[in-house]
Amino acid sequence: MRLELVKRPQRSMLFSALSPFIAFALTVVAGAILFALLGINPLTAFYTYFISPITEVWQLHELAIKAAPLILIAVGLSVCFRSNIWNIGAEGQFVFGAIVGSVVPVLYPEMQGPFVLPLMLLMGMVGGAVYAAIPAFLKTRFNTNEILTSLMLVYVAQLFLDWLVRGPWRDPKGFNFPQTVQFNPSAVLPELMPMSGRANLGFVFALVAAVLVWILMSRMLKGFEIRVLGSSPRAGRFAGFSFNRMVFFAFMLSGALAGLAGISEVSGAIGQLQPSISPGYGFTAIIVAFLGRLNPLGIVAAGLVLGLTYLGGEAAQSVLGISDKVARVFQGMLLFFVLGCDTLIHYRIRLVGLAPAPKLDASPKLEEAN
Amino acid sequence: MGGTVSAQEAAASLLEVRGLTKVFGTLTACDHIDLTIEKGEIHALLGENGAGKSTLVKMLFGSLEPHSGEIRWDGQPVRMTSPSVAKKLGIGMVFQHFSLFEALTAAENIALSLDDGAPIGSIAAKARALSYSYGLPLDPDSLVGDLSVGERQRIEIIRCLLQAPQLIILDEPTSVLTPQEADKLFETLERLRAEGKSILYISHRLEEVKRLCDRATVLRHGKVVGHCNPREETAASLARMMVGNEVKSAERTPITLDGAQELLSVCGLSRKPAGPFSMPLKNIWLSVKAGEILGIAGVAGNGQGELFEALSGEVQQTSADAVRIRGKDAGKLDITGRRLLGAAFVPEERLGHGAAPRMKLSENLLLSRYATDGKAFVGSGGMVKSGAVYEAAQRIVRIMDVRKSAPDPEAAALSGGNLQKFIVGRELDRQPTVMIVNQPTWGVDAGASAHIRQALIELARGGSAVLVISQDLDELFEISDAIAVMHNGELSKPIPIAEATFERIGLLMGGAAPGHVYQKLETA
Amino acid sequence: MDMTVSILLTIATAATPLLIAAIGELVVERSGVLNLGVEGMMVMGAVAGFGAGFLTGSPWIGLVAAIVVGALFSLLFAVMTLSLATNQVATGLSLTLLGLGLSGMMGTGFVGLPGERLPNLYIPVLTDLPVVGKLLFGQDPIFYISIALVFGVSWFLFKTRTGLTLRSIGDSHTSAHALGIQVIKYRYLAVMFGGACAGLAGGHLSLVYTPQWVENMTAGRGWIALALVVFSSWRPLRVLAGAYIFGAVWIGQLHAQAFGIPVPSQFLSSLPYLATIVVLVIISRNKRLTMMNTPASLGQAFVPDR
Repeated sequence: MRLELVKRPQRSMLFSALSPFIAFALTVVAGAILFALLGINPLTAFYTYFISPITEVWQLHELAIKAAPLILIAVGLSVCFRSNIWNIGAEGQFVFGAIVGSVVPVLYPEMQGPFVLPLMLLMGMVGGAVYAAIPAFLKTRFNTNEILTSLMLVYVAQLFLDWLVRGPWRDPKGFNFPQTVQFNPSAVLPELMPMSGRANLGFVFALVAAVLVWILMSRMLKGFEIRVLGSSPRAGRFAGFSFNRMVFFAFMLSGALAGLAGISEVSGAIGQLQPSISPGYGFTAIIVAFLGRLNPLGIVAAGLVLGLTYLGGEAAQSVLGISDKVARVFQGMLLFFVLGCDTLIHYRIRLVGLAPAPKLDASPKLEEAN
Repeated sequence: MGGTVSAQEAAASLLEVRGLTKVFGTLTACDHIDLTIEKGEIHALLGENGAGKSTLVKMLFGSLEPHSGEIRWDGQPVRMTSPSVAKKLGIGMVFQHFSLFEALTAAENIALSLDDGAPIGSIAAKARALSYSYGLPLDPDSLVGDLSVGERQRIEIIRCLLQAPQLIILDEPTSVLTPQEADKLFETLERLRAEGKSILYISHRLEEVKRLCDRATVLRHGKVVGHCNPREETAASLARMMVGNEVKSAERTPITLDGAQELLSVCGLSRKPAGPFSMPLKNIWLSVKAGEILGIAGVAGNGQGELFEALSGEVQQTSADAVRIRGKDAGKLDITGRRLLGAAFVPEERLGHGAAPRMKLSENLLLSRYATDGKAFVGSGGMVKSGAVYEAAQRIVRIMDVRKSAPDPEAAALSGGNLQKFIVGRELDRQPTVMIVNQPTWGVDAGASAHIRQALIELARGGSAVLVISQDLDELFEISDAIAVMHNGELSKPIPIAEATFERIGLLMGGAAPGHVYQKLETA
Repeated sequence: MDMTVSILLTIATAATPLLIAAIGELVVERSGVLNLGVEGMMVMGAVAGFGAGFLTGSPWIGLVAAIVVGALFSLLFAVMTLSLATNQVATGLSLTLLGLGLSGMMGTGFVGLPGERLPNLYIPVLTDLPVVGKLLFGQDPIFYISIALVFGVSWFLFKTRTGLTLRSIGDSHTSAHALGIQVIKYRYLAVMFGGACAGLAGGHLSLVYTPQWVENMTAGRGWIALALVVFSSWRPLRVLAGAYIFGAVWIGQLHAQAFGIPVPSQFLSSLPYLATIVVLVIISRNKRLTMMNTPASLGQAFVPDR
């Protein structure tokens, strides 16, 4: 038996819409097998993993907290991936944005007032954008592979943060714990509905970013430019679009959004800098971007799903006693299935048996168009 | 043994094909094809672009699987499941778009298609010997990427001959050769026929088929429309069989260019090679006046692509006056700047250069028009007016008679000819003052070709300057007012059409002719 | 003198996993496939090697397990990219993400346990020779495998017909297909060879380098191996050189930290990553040369017409 791909004359609208759902269903099936192998009743596991974390209102707030950075980063990454630029260093841009955004509350805690938060957010975005500009510069100037450089910079950013919170930025009154001072109230991202849960303004940023980037990509000339250069660079050059300018644009836009996610996370959910400020949001966002079919609106939904896998992982650990790494396994499987299902958009899949040869004298079979 | 086989000795034909059919999606590329090839004949397979010739030979060579039908080799039914099966039977193939590896040497390329494990060294020696004996000299140690198309074809032929095939399939072999190189190829083929080998010769060039081939099978829209002896036919009757109706050639009214304004001029344009295997441009001078069509002939890979990129502004020049459009220095302008001066461009590659394959026709319209028609297509704040773009795309579709299956399909869903009509129409719709076209009708069927050529002539006669780069000499003789030749990155003096002959242009294409010199334009 | 020898030995130990993973990836890329899942396959090899070694008490079984798991894990990538023609970059990334997650989950129970270490070679007399003895005859078995791999792969690629076929596929899969070469089959084998190598490299980490299981213990080595392939211009002997340079950087920063050089340890720890960037810049600067060396069909999906 082997697989044979038959190219469709047009991309299939049906599978375009269905593929994320098929992928999710396949992940659920594979997850059931995984749980069964671990000796856990799959139904119990599923209830614990996917339902129990969202049964109460405060839990929905937690979901929003997890989903916000994923959506913000993934929306930026969707622009990169659409333009065929492989920024996989969003985790580093997230960290660097958080660091730059925290300059004011950490070094100048005496600064207070309504301007502090906007300043922090702006600095966070600038920090992320500047950090993302490094691989963009190296790619355009020296033709360096952006996948490798942007990824290497993740390690560098994490080590830099580690140094800061253990060294110069450590809270002098923090009993030698590796963390900075707690941000003062005017540097903390306000909660949306403090009565019912912790969700903060970060989720709003995520939604706004998704809508704006959707308009950019689907309605504006700039988005057209990015799509052309991404899908066929030579046609883009023929159109008169500059590849180098687009590399900077895509990298810096996604860097700015990752930086915004970073400072939002620090000033919202965490309240201070510490050695680790992200459970791998920058990498998980890659999955979010693909699950959302690189469409900013789809990414909002995908961000909620992936946010749920984090909460489910925590629930699975506390209730079922299995490692919360199961969340990462789910995320990885989901991405695999999404990519596999995307094949159906452009191809029909035929299973070809090895043994019986196709009969040559049969009358020609017209394959149906779908 | 002249080549024709009398009925008496026809024990079994070498190759017999009955009812061979191949379906791609909704398109029947080959529809119950019957074909018989005798031993020791040169058999022509005639048909215009898109008639199904390439699909048919790919099935004969085992690279494509037929849906139904029968192939008999020496009277025995066979299944061509892969090219290696075909090679074992004794079928060799010279591909139209070569199946060579640029990063490997000629000898390595040859070794890859031989199934025995002979060391590369001995293969190289054999290849060298064989190539000289057939008058197709070849250096086995040279890197394929460094070779000209003609030399590459030699590798393909030698590679094929080393397998000692009974049947050799050649797919459009002369499309990459100068007329003189083609003559040499014909001698080789005639010698092979004399040695008793059979040749299936695929072409849409009627004169050479008449000269070379013993029998012909004509395909149209995937069906066999006739078998004939090409020597007993006229070029016109063959063309009628191929196309199905009378072929119209474009009508070109003579024109006097005295005093006409110079709209495009290139003065001493040079360019370093861009990639490892690309051609430099050496001190190119040319000028096109209002109303004129200048044709640029040349064998593929002699710098035409590089020239197009330099003229379009995809690659800019170091001096501003190297390229002048409507009297203005354009050398340092990018493609958008040159378009805004009134120039329009149609590149050779349709999918991926002239059009983005996975984008809709309307988006592909925007591709080259967003700047020149900024007011019409782009609103405030950079929002695209998709309604207006859609309307304009539909207008072009109507004017150019583009056949399509959906209101606004992806470019890749159109046939080559229809997409080319759209791309040319997209530029004509602007009424450009300077039009630069590379290979306007490459791979396009006769009807669409005629339409495009006529449109280019009308554009010129309306007062624009048109530069046509083409490897198709027939086309250039049909539409040009003068022809210049590119060879090895240099451009010859233009020859007025009245003085141009195939002979003369062919010599220039081979780079052999004296007079292929740098030229300075006399500035008036 | 002893000091120098011991430093050279540690450099060899640090370089070996990079070298093996990079040699495997080199073969994969020569066939025209870009597998960014090296980090994931490596970490899977590490956890499998540790686990099998720990559970059976035999580091040799651990070694075999690392290789087998690496190859099987790469098969996942092969099915996706070769049979389903998915995007190679995205699929490779997902292989890495899945590998990091799966190894973390599988390894939860192994954290903090003492592992089995592969014994170093010992040949009486030879190993006891001064200086060269330990360097040439006293290292761990995987070191010798790594050197054999470099020369073996070099010979395979440039001296055998199969190697030529593999290179031709990397240059143009359409031409290869037209000649009747089974592109997909070769690529499957190449990808699995790369997976086996990455698994072995991971096994080296958990069976020789630090015989224990630590989550994410590959620490970016898989990515550095990918960079080494670019650095080498796809030539095995240059991978050897590159891996040892990186091994030296890696060990150098560790020694600098141990000596208490007044530079924050985090800066020293980031040196290998920064060095990777610098090396990539130097090697990629000449665009023409890079284009010439890169397998022309690298990273492109191939769907044969039938």
